[in-house]
Amino acid sequence: MIPGALREEVARDGETIVFVAPERLLEIMTWLKETPGQQFDYLVDVTAVEFRDRERPLQVVYFLRSLERRADLRVKVELDSAAELAVDSVWGLWRGADWLEREVFDMFGITFRGHPDLRRILMWETYAEGFPLRKDFPLRGRFSRAEQVRQALNANPEAHYSLDELSIADAWGDLPDDMRARLKRGERGTIPE
Amino acid sequence: MSTRTLELELATPGLDAQGQPTRVPLTASDLGGEHLLLNMGPQHPATHGVLRLVVELDGETVVRCIPHLGYLHSGFEKLGEYRHYNQIIPLTDRTDYLSPMANNVGMALAAETLMGIEITPRCTVLRVIACEMSRIISHMVWLGTTSIDLGAFTPFLWAFQERERIYNLQEMWTGARLTTSLTRVGGLMADIPDTFVEQLREFTRSFPNTLNEIDRVLTRNAVWAGRTQGVGVMTAAEAINYSLSGPMLRASGVPYDVRKDKPYLGYDTYDFDVPVGEHGDVYDRYLVRLEECHQANRILQQALARLPDGPINVDDPRVILPPKSRAMSDMEAMIFHFKQVMEGVKAPIGEAYVGIENPKGELGNYFVSDGTAKPVRWRIRPPSFINLSALPKMAEGHLLSDLVAINASVDIVMGEVDR
Repeated sequence: MIPGALREEVARDGETIVFVAPERLLEIMTWLKETPGQQFDYLVDVTAVEFRDRERPLQVVYFLRSLERRADLRVKVELDSAAELAVDSVWGLWRGADWLEREVFDMFGITFRGHPDLRRILMWETYAEGFPLRKDFPLRGRFSRAEQVRQALNANPEAHYSLDELSIADAWGDLPDDMRARLKRGERGTIPE
Repeated sequence: MSTRTLELELATPGLDAQGQPTRVPLTASDLGGEHLLLNMGPQHPATHGVLRLVVELDGETVVRCIPHLGYLHSGFEKLGEYRHYNQIIPLTDRTDYLSPMANNVGMALAAETLMGIEITPRCTVLRVIACEMSRIISHMVWLGTTSIDLGAFTPFLWAFQERERIYNLQEMWTGARLTTSLTRVGGLMADIPDTFVEQLREFTRSFPNTLNEIDRVLTRNAVWAGRTQGVGVMTAAEAINYSLSGPMLRASGVPYDVRKDKPYLGYDTYDFDVPVGEHGDVYDRYLVRLEECHQANRILQQALARLPDGPINVDDPRVILPPKSRAMSDMEAMIFHFKQVMEGVKAPIGEAYVGIENPKGELGNYFVSDGTAKPVRWRIRPPSFINLSALPKMAEGHLLSDLVAINASVDIVMGEVDR
């Protein structure tokens, strides 16, 4: 048993699943990566699972692999959906977590504390409808097709540049005041009228 | 105070008042000379799909490259939560659409592992054939488009000619060239047609000739070597840290291949080599993919030689649809047919992850089930998405024209990156 683990399970593909407490995640991940005999140097995937049963907590799943030992391990963190959805980022241990954590943030709304660039990745930055892979998100999206088309047509393409990019371009000064204010606030999702 | 200085203050690293991480600070050299912001894509032939790159340039040197994704986002994973397991298979065609058959196999393997189904020997070998055919067509597209990106037109025509022959075989087998939907949970949608084995054997005989021609034209070509050697280097340690997989990982000198190290479909019983690069640059990725085509051809020959007779589907009426003729004449078969179509195949409570060696890298399918016929969560581990995340790191400090070569060497399919 891994020190600090809450419990262990075996998945149907034979892999071990280790449940850890959210506040100890980073410490245990560091231990798993750096301890001789563990050496989980490769992060296969990061994802999240929300169950249809609303009572059950959300899970953040980390798939680890030791290339040295040719061994795999699955680490899970359970987050109460009523509480704040946040865990520590493992970006500092594996750079591969960069986009994977951004995707989980984008799709589930789980914040990764300490991630240097936590923005939406598949949806656009001003996306206002919420988090698509959550169970309370309807399959067809929140707005009607007509409303979605209207928003797309009214969207300002400049808003698809991120703050850094605009500052590189010196285009910041040329933006209309309302948009500049919005970007500054980091506001995600005003519905254009 | 210039507007840019103001921005630098806004972009201090750390956490803001709400505890949200602030944005990446601008590079220090930004203050030096005039930097240009260049938008490349989403409609650009060299970005291999709807990838948009915002590139910060100092002269012609890439200072920073910021990829923007999502132009092809279709929510496949969300759709999968509303589909029966067999209904998910057509979605997998559309993720990595350059190797649809391998995706079908990967998804079916994960569902079968979840349900504890053991597939038949003939099905196993046919799936190996499907995977290796996919590897060849995917690498042929990669080779063709990359050579065009770097100014060589002829290999493109050769590569696409070979790809066309495999597409004809796919059409023969499944009725579709691109959206094959080959597998079913517990088997295949159809057995191979009569002349398939001869035609594939004929392909494996002549295909190495084309590979050798491409090899002669490119490998020692001064322009090709000049454009690719030492470009976009990832060391072994970096490749591991960035979670690269497939040819990208092996070109950096890490000998990890799912087929060898976590064998599925009996790959451990085939005799093939895993090519490993040395320098981790674009040139080594080319060499690795070229050699993988030779090895895929070897596996195809062995699979054809050992193809056993027998059924392609498991003998379980709860999983496999009865033949239509029986469903219309036999009461019991009709009930099974009805229950499968209306209720779907139920999976036990639990979860399963199966990774397969797709042409692009490790394709993982992760299913979580709550005991119903529809998964609670279907996750694709997208190899080209994760490989692409190393692009900003690889492109830094190279010329803009090298960015095209580096981006090509990642071998992305936007259908899979955005899903």
